Amino acid sequence: MAKTASKEKVVSSFEVKKGLAEMLKGGVIMDVVTAEHARIAEDAGACAVMALERVPADIRATGGVARMSDPELILQIMDAVSIPVMAKARIGHFVEAQILEALGVDYIDESEVLTPADESFHINKHDFKVPFVCGCRNLGEALRRIGEGAAMMRTKGEAGTGDVVEAVKHARSLFGDIRVLLNLPEEEVMTFAKNIGAPFELCLETRKLGRLPVVNFAAGGIATPADAALMMQLGVDGVFVGSGIFKSGDPAKRASAIVKATTHYNEPKLLAEISRNLGEAMVGRTVDSLSDGDKLAGRGW
Amino acid sequence: MIIGVLALQGDFREHRAALKKLGIESHEVKANDDLPGLDGLIIPGGESTTMGKLMVDYGMIEPLQKFAKTHAVWGTCAGAILLSKDTGRPQPLLALMDCDTTRNAFGRQVDSFEIEIPVPFLEPAKPDYHLTFIRGPIFSRIRGKAQALLQLPDGKVVAVLDGHLLATSFHPELTNDLRFHRYFVEMVKRTRAN
Repeated sequence: MAKTASKEKVVSSFEVKKGLAEMLKGGVIMDVVTAEHARIAEDAGACAVMALERVPADIRATGGVARMSDPELILQIMDAVSIPVMAKARIGHFVEAQILEALGVDYIDESEVLTPADESFHINKHDFKVPFVCGCRNLGEALRRIGEGAAMMRTKGEAGTGDVVEAVKHARSLFGDIRVLLNLPEEEVMTFAKNIGAPFELCLETRKLGRLPVVNFAAGGIATPADAALMMQLGVDGVFVGSGIFKSGDPAKRASAIVKATTHYNEPKLLAEISRNLGEAMVGRTVDSLSDGDKLAGRGW
Repeated sequence: MIIGVLALQGDFREHRAALKKLGIESHEVKANDDLPGLDGLIIPGGESTTMGKLMVDYGMIEPLQKFAKTHAVWGTCAGAILLSKDTGRPQPLLALMDCDTTRNAFGRQVDSFEIEIPVPFLEPAKPDYHLTFIRGPIFSRIRGKAQALLQLPDGKVVAVLDGHLLATSFHPELTNDLRFHRYFVEMVKRTRAN
């Protein structure tokens, strides 16, 4: 057996922050508002849960300022499940992030679903030991967040609508930008970086890897197994489902079906089987019925 | 030689990429039909509860147990948990190796870490191996013919060998170092010869 002196432990490097997202791939991260929801999500096969006080559909319905959840609620959810627990901080609210880190959450979502705390600056995520996931609508926004230290991305979609159209738009935009970048001669990359407002080095890295330097999930409007499989076929690494599960008729059944659809996203026969008899989907709101002020995806830059 | 990589959830692509670099063909395993013709199996990192639930739903527990009787199997992190007998909480397991695991044994994500230590049984043994722990388990009880293969400097057991079954708490698939995958490929060859 090997047992010898070693170099020191390195805690919370960017590699281990990114690494947890690697472990979530091919999985579904579910919004939960109680410990009971969290257990239902874990039993249904969620790879992580997002602990929050109100799902996005309710945040829309209630209005008012949406803030970080009560730490008591987050701790109850952390106690209830063995899978990773994420929680949301407002864009730019680095003290909410400090509090979430002190609670020991596994990932912080600097999220446009909450009311932004800063109109100009996102959190400097390199300052934290806990990893961050951030939203994006295109490659420039993704690489700016990664430049600030985000270890995982999610396309924003339009949260709380149950309408997948914006999630598709943002994923297509992101992957389209990457396809353009991959085909550029190297001398054109600097101008490309300038035009999309992204750090040059991260453009080079993306070009070398052929994909984003971190894991990228889809979010915002996914309500059915078919929606989840659609996003997977477009090329995302996994999905966030917010209101889509606990605003539906049979949350446990729908949650389990979306987990299976994310695994078997390119097997239509199985998807047909998985999609049967799930009860009512969330009612939803079409994105084009929202006024610009009600759209969340425009928050952050 | 073809090595299967369980592809229900987790970082199965990274394992396949490492095998490809070694010139080894690999297939994704998402159902029992994918098992025939494989010479060995890797169960990747991910969430053990997610993979366990899907294995139960697809009736994969028994076929995988049967496969492991005659084939080499390697589990990394969540895969190691699934190979163990007990985690101290109710969850579906393959329970193939004579050891127990404690999940998230180093703490939550903020305690995840990397460390470099000598691993003398790798070929070549130098330089030291870079171990990546992400909400990793440790092996809490090792019995029977299962043996501790690697310990951290503080004594925690992070790799166990039980015949042709291998379990590691850490993630060789997240590094560019192919020595652990090469070690497993040799295990597959030996198991096949027997």
